[in-house]
Amino acid sequence: MLELAIKGSKRYWGWMALLTAMVGVGFLVYLQQLNFGLGITGMSRDVSWGFYIANFTYLVGVAAGGVMVVLPYYLHDYKAFGKITILGEFLAVASLVMCLLLILVDLGQPMRMLNVIFYPSPRSVLFWDMIVLNGYLFLNIVVGWNVLEAERNGTSYPFWLKPFILLSIPWAISIHTVTAYLYSGLPGRGFWMTAILAPRFLSSAFAAGPALLILLCLVVRKLTRFDPGREQIQSLAKIVAYAICINVFFFLCEVFVVFYSNIPEHTAHIKYLFVGLHGKGALVPWMWTSMGLMAVSIILLVNPVTRKQEGVLAVACVAVFVGTWIDKGLGMISGGFVPSPLHHVNEYAPTIPEILITLGIYAMGALVLTALFKMAISVKEEVAG
Amino acid sequence: MEDSRRNFLKIAGISALGLGASPVLDAFSKEQALQTPQMIQGEKALKATHWGMVIDTRKIHSSEDLNPMIAACNKIHNIPKLETENHEIKWIWGEAYHNAFPEKETNFLNERLEHIVLPVLCNHCEDPPCCRACPTQATFKRESDGVVMMDFHRCIGCRFCMAACPYGARSFNFRDPRPFIKETNLEFPTRMKGVVEKCSFCAERLAEGKLPACVEASNGILIFGDLDDDKSEVRKALRENYTIRRKQNLGTGPSVYYIV
Repeated sequence: MLELAIKGSKRYWGWMALLTAMVGVGFLVYLQQLNFGLGITGMSRDVSWGFYIANFTYLVGVAAGGVMVVLPYYLHDYKAFGKITILGEFLAVASLVMCLLLILVDLGQPMRMLNVIFYPSPRSVLFWDMIVLNGYLFLNIVVGWNVLEAERNGTSYPFWLKPFILLSIPWAISIHTVTAYLYSGLPGRGFWMTAILAPRFLSSAFAAGPALLILLCLVVRKLTRFDPGREQIQSLAKIVAYAICINVFFFLCEVFVVFYSNIPEHTAHIKYLFVGLHGKGALVPWMWTSMGLMAVSIILLVNPVTRKQEGVLAVACVAVFVGTWIDKGLGMISGGFVPSPLHHVNEYAPTIPEILITLGIYAMGALVLTALFKMAISVKEEVAG
Repeated sequence: MEDSRRNFLKIAGISALGLGASPVLDAFSKEQALQTPQMIQGEKALKATHWGMVIDTRKIHSSEDLNPMIAACNKIHNIPKLETENHEIKWIWGEAYHNAFPEKETNFLNERLEHIVLPVLCNHCEDPPCCRACPTQATFKRESDGVVMMDFHRCIGCRFCMAACPYGARSFNFRDPRPFIKETNLEFPTRMKGVVEKCSFCAERLAEGKLPACVEASNGILIFGDLDDDKSEVRKALRENYTIRRKQNLGTGPSVYYIV
């Protein structure tokens, strides 16, 4: 089926060329990082994880969000989603490719990466994260590919695939749970050390993933002969609406516990993010923007009148995507490191090279996503005749 | 033809997966002891089952009192002097009381403590969270004497240990440190960019029968010895004085005690 991804219009190739150029730029900057060291990023002794790990965390969520189309179709036999499960699975594949690349560029000694396998350490959450992420990538490739091939051949997917499909559902939950455990099990990092971190991660994932999928469905409908369907988009919109509400609710639970108990180790981080600490508050405007975007999206998504208008829905989905990205991609990681365990307020901001490398990885993800979607949609157009 | 090639690729793929998974499975099945290389102690080596340190803050009068111990450590461990504060490498350094003990912050602190700088370093925890976090066992607790050590050559630079350490004791080489070392001590390795490092209680000196460099240079501020030996100097100091440990409530069990 890969041949379908290399037959395309001028517009298709133009887009692919643009993405390749961005990947190229990112790669060149990465070579510079490889040569100099991670000192070209904004990370420091106090904020030792930054933009790479934050975006990694966010994209693990997007990958897990794909399960929101797989689960209703395979577990509840919600037939409408049958048309778009492949899009959810391929979105997960592209997201996971980005996740793994983001981890790679974050390593100080990437050529020693295989030490994680040579000296496996089951007590380290990172070891388990490696297993669940690679496992989920594998599951989505196998399931997506075989289901699509069966669709192309006009048959049903092979019988041995079903266990993999069923396994992929809890597995999606596991990738974001394990990723949250990277943070929430660390003594002395009050911001992350909360049992609601994994549920918060999941709820924002189930908002962000399907929101992106809605936007992608709208793009696909505009650019191709394949229509993902109005019902499908509306069902996804309801999922996003629930998930974003739950996400804000979980956050408020956290705020209550932190400020009613008023334990300084826990309050300091949230204060830093939302009002600033010791006169430093680079993230304050961002965090309030994030809250504003989530509030607006809730209003637009919960209200059926606005949700049913696809133009408004698209705006709401962008608000969800950007709002949760700021929350997780900017606040969640920096927020945990500031103030430091010794109560120094040492702020972090990504540098230009760091942003270019990250953009290169996003372009790589878009490249993979475009090729996979092209394949899937060509099959669907072919079958429709 | 088509079919057999496809089958071949399938089998090759599955075999590759199996080969990749085997060391992982081995780790679960093997005894830990078989994996760890054995180290033979030299005759002169100082022996203990739990190295620990007591810091007598009463003997500190100004931040200058810490300079000799910090300088001694920096010199023998080839610690670079970097221009950017963000990239600093620190094994032992000075912090104000409210930074060393942030949870004990008070408006009415004893005047002496208010004005002095306390030495801080890796606490060589009894249950170190950094070792739990490390995905390659590049940082590990030496079971024979409780020293938390680093293998600079195995570290992949993921910095999970830095996030896990509640004491900010770990430093990362954000760039090649070698051009920033004034005088290289050839008896201790220099590090490369991209790896994490920290205080090792001078394990290399203990093996030669010498006390840690900072202890030697500390003018009696630092006391070092075996916490398991009730006749040791550290145990004597602990018996005779009230001591506190950093973030004791986290249960990491620091092996560094402060007489305040």
